[in-house]
Amino acid sequence: MTSFHEFSDRVMRSITDLATLSRSRELWLSIAFLIAILAAWEWLPATFGIPAFILPPISDIAHEFVRLYARENLWLHTGVTFAETIVGFIFGSLLGMITGYVLGRSRTAEIILSPYILMLQIAPKVAFAPLFIIWFGYNAFPKILVAILIVFFPIAINVLKAMHAVDPALVNLARTFSATRAQIFWKIEFPASMPALFAGLRIGSTLAVIGIVVGEFIGGNRGLGYLLIVGEGQGRTSMVFVSIVLLTLIGLIAYLCVLGLERYVLHYMPERSHANI
Amino acid sequence: MDDATRLEFRHVDKLFPARNRRITPVVAVRDVSLKVARGEVVSLIGPSGCGKSTLLNLAAGLDRPNAGMVLVDNKPVTGPNFHVAFMLQNDLLLPWRTILENVNFGQEIQHTKRDVRTRRSNELLARYHLAEFAHHYPHQLSGGMRQRAALARTIVMDPDVLLLDEPFSALDAQTKMILQNDLARVLAEERKTALFITHDISEGIALSDRVLVMSRRPGTIIREIIVDMPDRDHPFRRRSNPRMNAYVVEILNLLGLTHGDGKDMPEVPLEEIGGAQ
Ligand SMILES: Nc1ncnc2c1ncn2[C@@H]1O[C@H](COP(=O)(O)OP(=O)(O)OP(=O)(O)O)[C@@H](O)[C@H]1O
Ligand SMILES: [Mg+2]
Repeated sequence: MTSFHEFSDRVMRSITDLATLSRSRELWLSIAFLIAILAAWEWLPATFGIPAFILPPISDIAHEFVRLYARENLWLHTGVTFAETIVGFIFGSLLGMITGYVLGRSRTAEIILSPYILMLQIAPKVAFAPLFIIWFGYNAFPKILVAILIVFFPIAINVLKAMHAVDPALVNLARTFSATRAQIFWKIEFPASMPALFAGLRIGSTLAVIGIVVGEFIGGNRGLGYLLIVGEGQGRTSMVFVSIVLLTLIGLIAYLCVLGLERYVLHYMPERSHANI
Repeated sequence: MDDATRLEFRHVDKLFPARNRRITPVVAVRDVSLKVARGEVVSLIGPSGCGKSTLLNLAAGLDRPNAGMVLVDNKPVTGPNFHVAFMLQNDLLLPWRTILENVNFGQEIQHTKRDVRTRRSNELLARYHLAEFAHHYPHQLSGGMRQRAALARTIVMDPDVLLLDEPFSALDAQTKMILQNDLARVLAEERKTALFITHDISEGIALSDRVLVMSRRPGTIIREIIVDMPDRDHPFRRRSNPRMNAYVVEILNLLGLTHGDGKDMPEVPLEEIGGAQ
């Protein structure tokens, strides 16, 4: 998890560096690399005789995008998946935060509940999707529920760890000022947990979309997961690719939102130490 | 018992029970009795692990003695009390608060009105030469400035009793002397009562009315040395007082760090007397 953060932070830094044009050479090289990859994708498969239904050239994918946009309500499907992802992520995060803070505050709650939370984490959460569809039907609810389950754990665990790691000397300092338990939480423990919370949110933001897509695979007739399955059924490989690209974009947007919020909330941190949690 | 006593330990024992069978319980301090009068500054000096910090925690109400009593203003200490303030080696500034907000911290817990607390904090920051850093974050300040901010946070609460646990030991020699001077002036001007822990023998002598020397663990007070020199509010001057050295040698002898007539210099550098933290 940590290495993912460090990596993503390095990437963001490189992008900022590139964007400032202070390193225009690297910027051009990076764009050249992208063009090279796209060009290879466009022409190499044909050269090697790979059929389009295995690896459609970029131009096919672009055409498919336009077709889906014009005929298949592509924005509706994208919007549905996007909205479900965001809702699942927000509620999963809230549930994870509440769990983390409650368990962090109460040793008893931690002892009683943590075995079951661990079991829940070990259970493959996407396997719950059919169950939720049986329970709640072909609507957005089961999909959001799967996303909540997936997002919940990394956030709860990060918050819990942060609560354990709060410097007891800081708590004692607050106590010498006669702070109440609630004041200790809101003025020390909660702010002290922010870096770890954001580390969890970052992970959660990239996972939420998984829960939604799996839900859409098996139930309903909306969303990018549904388009993906239709594309597969009709042998339209480029339709699958369009869905994958848009799903990635949704994950990326969620991730960047968290990153932006993190920059804002953790503005007090020394430069570049955000992800070292 | 006289009215002038602010802080008193009466036959205090503190032991830390063994958490498992492989370790034995630790008797940290045994039968400690001491009194600090109103406006008096008393230093505690003793080998590392002899229970100095433990005594301070008891006085702050963060912990309870196993036997005996700790009294502030002739009343037994039952818990933290904001008339008794604490300052440690680590500045314990909250990284998510600016310097001004850090100085406000204790007042905020006491629900002091916003304009009142900001005015008071700003006054102190100006007096401690930190006015232009009021809106900086702790990591943007030097160690000495941070410790000054911690002192401001302590003093702004106008505590009657100050408990200082090696507050300057992490600073370089020059900064340390400047801060010693600042502290001595504040203590004298505001007629504060203070219990001051230090490993630096000359610091203890330069700043206090009395020095209490403790034995190895289980710690108990083996000697009281009355510092009969003027200028308690001016450690610079005290340091150049010809009697200074006699006191240092006396304490070194008590700690078993010199032999014989006290003319020979210590074989152990001062810094090592306390050992590693
Ligand atoms: N919470 C605790 N649990 C168990 N043992 C403790 C605890 N706090 C302190 N002790 C023990 O009590 C003894 C005294 O500790 P204390 O921190 O008071 O020493 P000290 O005189 O302040 O040492 P130093 O000069 O190194 O700061 C030590 O032997 C330590 O191991
Ligand atoms: Mg100590």
